[in-house]
Amino acid sequence: MSARVYVPIDSSSLSVGAEAVARAVESEAKKRGLAVEIVRNGSRGMMWLETLVEVETAQGRVAYGPVEASDVASLFDAGFLTGGAHKLAHGVTDKMEWLDRQQRLTFARCGVVDPLSIADYRKHGGFTGLEKALALAPEKIVEEITASGLRGRGGAGFPTGVKWRTVLQTRDAQKYVVCNADEGDSGTFADRMLMEGDPFTLIEGMTIAGIATGAAKGFVYIRSEYPHAFHTMRRAIEIARAAKWLGAEIAGSKTSFDMEARLGAGAYICGEETSLLESLEGRRGQVRAKPPLPAVKGLFGKPTVINNVLSFASTPWIMSHGAKAYADYGMGRSRGTQPFQIAGNIKQGGVVELAFGVTIRELVEGFGGGTASGRPIRAVQVGGPLGAYFPDKLLDTRLDYEAMLAVKGMLGHGGVVVFDDTVDLAKQARFAMEFCAIESCGKCTPCRIGSTRGVETIDKIMNGVEREKNLVVLDDLCQLLTDGSLCALGGLTPIPVVSALTHFRDDFSAPRGVKLAAE
Amino acid sequence: MNIETRVLQGDFDEVRTRRVVDAHSGLEGACLPILHALQEAFGYVDKRAIPIVADALNISKAEVHGVISFYHDFRGRPAGRHVLKLCRAEACQAMGVDALVDRLANLHGCNAGETSADGALTLDNVYCLGNCALSPAALIDGEPVGRLNETRLDAIVARCRGAVQ
Ligand SMILES: Cc1cc2nc3c(=O)[nH]c(=O)nc-3n(C[C@H](O)[C@H](O)[C@H](O)COP(=O)(O)O)c2cc1C
Ligand code: SF4
Ligand code: FES
Repeated sequence: MSARVYVPIDSSSLSVGAEAVARAVESEAKKRGLAVEIVRNGSRGMMWLETLVEVETAQGRVAYGPVEASDVASLFDAGFLTGGAHKLAHGVTDKMEWLDRQQRLTFARCGVVDPLSIADYRKHGGFTGLEKALALAPEKIVEEITASGLRGRGGAGFPTGVKWRTVLQTRDAQKYVVCNADEGDSGTFADRMLMEGDPFTLIEGMTIAGIATGAAKGFVYIRSEYPHAFHTMRRAIEIARAAKWLGAEIAGSKTSFDMEARLGAGAYICGEETSLLESLEGRRGQVRAKPPLPAVKGLFGKPTVINNVLSFASTPWIMSHGAKAYADYGMGRSRGTQPFQIAGNIKQGGVVELAFGVTIRELVEGFGGGTASGRPIRAVQVGGPLGAYFPDKLLDTRLDYEAMLAVKGMLGHGGVVVFDDTVDLAKQARFAMEFCAIESCGKCTPCRIGSTRGVETIDKIMNGVEREKNLVVLDDLCQLLTDGSLCALGGLTPIPVVSALTHFRDDFSAPRGVKLAAE
Repeated sequence: MNIETRVLQGDFDEVRTRRVVDAHSGLEGACLPILHALQEAFGYVDKRAIPIVADALNISKAEVHGVISFYHDFRGRPAGRHVLKLCRAEACQAMGVDALVDRLANLHGCNAGETSADGALTLDNVYCLGNCALSPAALIDGEPVGRLNETRLDAIVARCRGAVQ
């Protein structure tokens, strides 16, 4: 009997040498005349342990990490194929505290299964949500999703069930399901991890949405910065189609649903839903005015369900376990779980799926173990490039949609980026403006021009040129962006800027000469 | 995905261009898939391809040009033999990417948005590669690299240059 060894094929694992590790395991086994079967799984989300190699043993899967190709021979020497002791060993993976403390619903299979094996997917409960959905009237599915309290995970937190209902109620024969896999927010990678590690869950979720709303065609729009996710999704779609989980009369039913993966082309704004639709139609990704809502007039002018990867990927669990089981997680109006992503200057970064309501501190100190540099945490940015920078005194804030708003931030896609005490928040504020200038779709003047003015103004402030006057100018600019922007790129860029000004004002009057010289 | 590593002549091949365009023009919203396919085939989107794309999609040349210029991905001219896409976003900033950018410019003669004088390396800024827990992150010829530091960066640049000699 051959030993089964798991070596992830997730982009993060690949970025630190997983391919070489897989090859080393193969050649070392051959050299020793040992039979091993290597499974290329997704990531478990413990990125600091990548490449995390697992071995199937009688006690369960045992983890070793971070493994480099040069460690492989010593792993064989230590008898890792039967779970032998080694300095990189972590015991049974599922019992590792970092994983064990999580509430993995959406990510239950990610890193566990072979991403492209339907048999493995089925064995781990895959497609049971879809089977339930196929037996229900569309209204019932929409009711279930509504009752679960699921809100859009792409950033705006709009109730998913309400959106689906709007599409269901339209009369058009042609409707679309579009998955927003643009995942442009810096500090976020849960969509990517899911698409690379458990793509059938996204396919299942989009299919459920198709059944619920009467749409037979889906697109998943994946950013071009994710070549591996795109490749995996494309293959998964082909495999699902060959196995009749996509296409005409799926799973022997009367329902048809098929989908395609499409590649973005490097534009942050294409994460905004109307811009994404423009892009899918083959145009410049310029934001459309709403109304009409995409749910009424979306892709090619047809009613369109557009949701984030994680929103769709949550629905199979909801359908198979029931709305109530899902809604039992969470707090206030934020129900269920959120895959938080801990990143930046962090010792133990990765994906932590937990019920809403965990504090920022619990994530960055509890799970994250503090900074990678070993220096004190000075600022934490939550919610991507349009999210606020929080100082230590706000780290006990709970992560849910409303609690974030109350401290003038936003949850966004659940990204949590940590900075140590060498960070310069004036520089970060400047970057927020610069990013807005680079990525503006150009439709509104405040966003297009105001952001560049913002960069210049912060430069003046940083250089001590009429500092007080320019701080007032900056305030005015922020107000202008907030009031005069069509979409949240211009509209929310002031959030990081204002949070930096509010919580880290000293950085704006620091004697630059000294600081800049050190950079 | 070694799209960008092909040695590029910059010679325009009309027949091949038409073949690539025709292979994708039947798709719904075919413009981006066509432009991606052209860039994959030739390493960039030649301006002489614009009328062919416009014709196939029954849109104006101005519209095709507008699409190409809107997206950061599409190149109007061939890239260097290798392409390094370096993440400049916040999680990578928190781990010191700015210092690596300076090193690329000062030590290796590579500036963002440009191709090095020896044609070995094009450096592009990107904003997040979804590898933010192993930052600083990059893609070299489409393959991810994480936990970049000076040593790893220097090795990458050396490999890009070494491949020529
Ligand atoms: C500038 C901007 C960028 C956005 N980027 C993304 C993104 O990368 N991914 C995403 O799912 N939603 C993004 N959104 C939100 C989408 O517009 C939209 O709300 C979302 O796709 C709806 O899906 P959900 O309800 O499932 O979240 C962005 C919005 C704005 C204004
Ligand atoms: S705010 Fe900026 S990105 Fe949004 S529509 Fe206006 S110009 Fe475009
Ligand atoms: S911020 Fe650099 S990879 Fe995400």
